[in-house]
Amino acid sequence: MVFVIRRLLQALFLAFVMSFLVFAGIFAVGNPVDILIDPDATQAERARLIVQLGLDRPFHEQYFIFLGNLLQGDFGNSFVYNRPALGLILERMPATLELAFAAIVIAVVLGIPLGVYAGLRHGSPGSQAVMAGSILGFSVPNFWQAIMLIMVFSVMLGWFPVSGRGEVGEFLGIRSSLFTLNGLHHIALPAINLAIGHLALVIRLARSGTREVQAQDFIRFARAKGLSEPRIVLVHLLRNILIPIVTLVGMSFGGLIAFAVVTETIFAWPGMGKLIIDSIRMLDRPVVVAYLIVIVVIFIILNLLVDLLYSLIDPRIRLDEARQ
Amino acid sequence: MSLLQITDLQTHFFTSAGVVKAVDGVSYGVDRGEVLAVVGESGSGKSVTGLSVMGLIDAPGRVVGGSIRFDGREIAGLPGHELRKLRGARIAMIFQDPMMTLNPVLRIDTQMVETILAHRSMTRTGAWALSRDTLGRVGIPSPDERMRGYPHQFSGGMRQRVAIAIALLNKPDLIIADEPTTALDVTIQAQILHLMQGLVEEEGTGLVWITHDLSVVAGFADRVAVMYAGEIVEEARTDDLIDAPRHPYTRGLIGSVPSRNARGARLAQIPGGAPPALNRPEGCRFAPRCAFRTDGCEKPQALRDNVRCWRAADLPDFAEVLA
Ligand SMILES: Nc1ncnc2c1ncn2[C@@H]1O[C@H](COP(=O)(O)OP(=O)(O)OP(=O)(O)O)[C@@H](O)[C@H]1O
Ligand code: SF4
Ligand SMILES: [Mg+2]
Repeated sequence: MVFVIRRLLQALFLAFVMSFLVFAGIFAVGNPVDILIDPDATQAERARLIVQLGLDRPFHEQYFIFLGNLLQGDFGNSFVYNRPALGLILERMPATLELAFAAIVIAVVLGIPLGVYAGLRHGSPGSQAVMAGSILGFSVPNFWQAIMLIMVFSVMLGWFPVSGRGEVGEFLGIRSSLFTLNGLHHIALPAINLAIGHLALVIRLARSGTREVQAQDFIRFARAKGLSEPRIVLVHLLRNILIPIVTLVGMSFGGLIAFAVVTETIFAWPGMGKLIIDSIRMLDRPVVVAYLIVIVVIFIILNLLVDLLYSLIDPRIRLDEARQ
Repeated sequence: MSLLQITDLQTHFFTSAGVVKAVDGVSYGVDRGEVLAVVGESGSGKSVTGLSVMGLIDAPGRVVGGSIRFDGREIAGLPGHELRKLRGARIAMIFQDPMMTLNPVLRIDTQMVETILAHRSMTRTGAWALSRDTLGRVGIPSPDERMRGYPHQFSGGMRQRVAIAIALLNKPDLIIADEPTTALDVTIQAQILHLMQGLVEEEGTGLVWITHDLSVVAGFADRVAVMYAGEIVEEARTDDLIDAPRHPYTRGLIGSVPSRNARGARLAQIPGGAPPALNRPEGCRFAPRCAFRTDGCEKPQALRDNVRCWRAADLPDFAEVLA
């Protein structure tokens, strides 16, 4: 399919540009050796490390060596751990993915019904309460919400653990802490924390979509046909408000993965976010570059999925048009 | 007894700017096998009247008075679930813009089959076959394939045929058609009109045909009710109304239909526009635009002998005026 191939080429190009920018950026920030090496080390030890990491060569040489390795699937070794950078990242990816996934599920499963309700009962006290809640969720800073969640539900009520990831279970060959009770118990608070902002967004989208679609002639016609209210809402209305919501979910899933850093830090969640923060601080270039390439790939895949979903939801959209 | 008899219907909208009396004491009736045309300018309350019958008036609107008798039973103020049983089963409605009345993301067969299953216990296969046959009846070629299509794959005229097919599915006693041809071009209009006429005759269905275009009703409607500013101003058999309109507004409407004005005679336009719904004249609502207005017209006009104009009998003969 031309569409998919074009997409993949775009992705490749994007990853390439990205790798160069990050590479150059970290090169400009400072010399990792200054951070990595013990201040008491001798001049000889220092020189040896520099040669070992390849940092004695000029910038363009370093970059081309990196690129050459990259083309063979080698992202280089972490300066800090002296292990393959990609392996380090992939090790931690499941924890971040499951956190982002849990957050999205919460945002959608709660957000759509609440938003549709607020749209259908526009102006009622219930609807106004939902909207007020969504404004609150949207405007209160994420880290503050996290601290409040911990204070109330972990410290005061003692319902949830304060931090960390629970036991990992296996289901259909996938290993995730979502498959054990202990795991769910641990993930609840961080997932809710990560979800709140997006929950607020889904509510707003579902509400405005509902109000817009509700006024359309085809809804009136559906009512004139004598359909039941549930059928009108669940079939005729819902299908029509899904497109903007699918877009949001697709886009924000990437964002959740990339920016779960705050939540992961506060809840000591052993995901990629924590690794990347540490790596930036240590100027561990291979890890940072590999991480960003992984993120780009995730974004591209999500975009592709969103476009494919569009054409499933709305028959008027053909794939080659969905790009624009 | 009429199939549908509306008496003194009042449907008001309670807006922040004031109470909009969209329908303000409207009465009309239609029998089985009869076609009643409801004619009037934009905003005169034609659609709101139809929607009131369907029980489809949404807040801030409400039917605040009058009676709607359908097949001998009072249906104004019936609870929602009772009305839902009538809608789409015994009373069907078709809307103006065929581009907007079908759900863009659902297949035609889905939208047809659900209409049947909402009212009858029938197998899905049976409902599908009935839908396909009905699609064929309204003149859609290769209905088997078209059933699996989506609305955007149909032209405007074809979509209106689909909407008509949906209206026919449950063999309704009454169809309310709200300007179903206005959005279509003239040849398609004629086809749809012809189709509806045939179907109504075949089934003995009562038909309320809402339009703002008087030229459509001749040779099609049995009777015409003319609406102006929330009221009926004249009702008559179609031939009588066209040959000898009695209300000054109807005269104006007919005077401005091109076919009446042979050989390039100037069209008589009615000067001015309809009064704003929130600020109507105290007396005769047509007075500000009426060429025959005199002192007695400041009083509210009642419908007498099917005309809402106290001077109707005194006005010069319509044929002479035209000549
Ligand atoms: N939801 C609403 N809120 C307030 N006023 C309304 C509402 N719906 C209709 N109206 C008012 O009711 C009046 C009659 O409207 P209606 O749609 O019945 O006119 P119509 O005769 O069908 O005109 P058209 O030829 O444009 O369809 C209008 O003045 C309109 O402003
Ligand atoms: S009552 Fe008077 S103003 Fe009204 S239509 Fe008759 S003549 Fe005209
Ligand atoms: Mg209308």
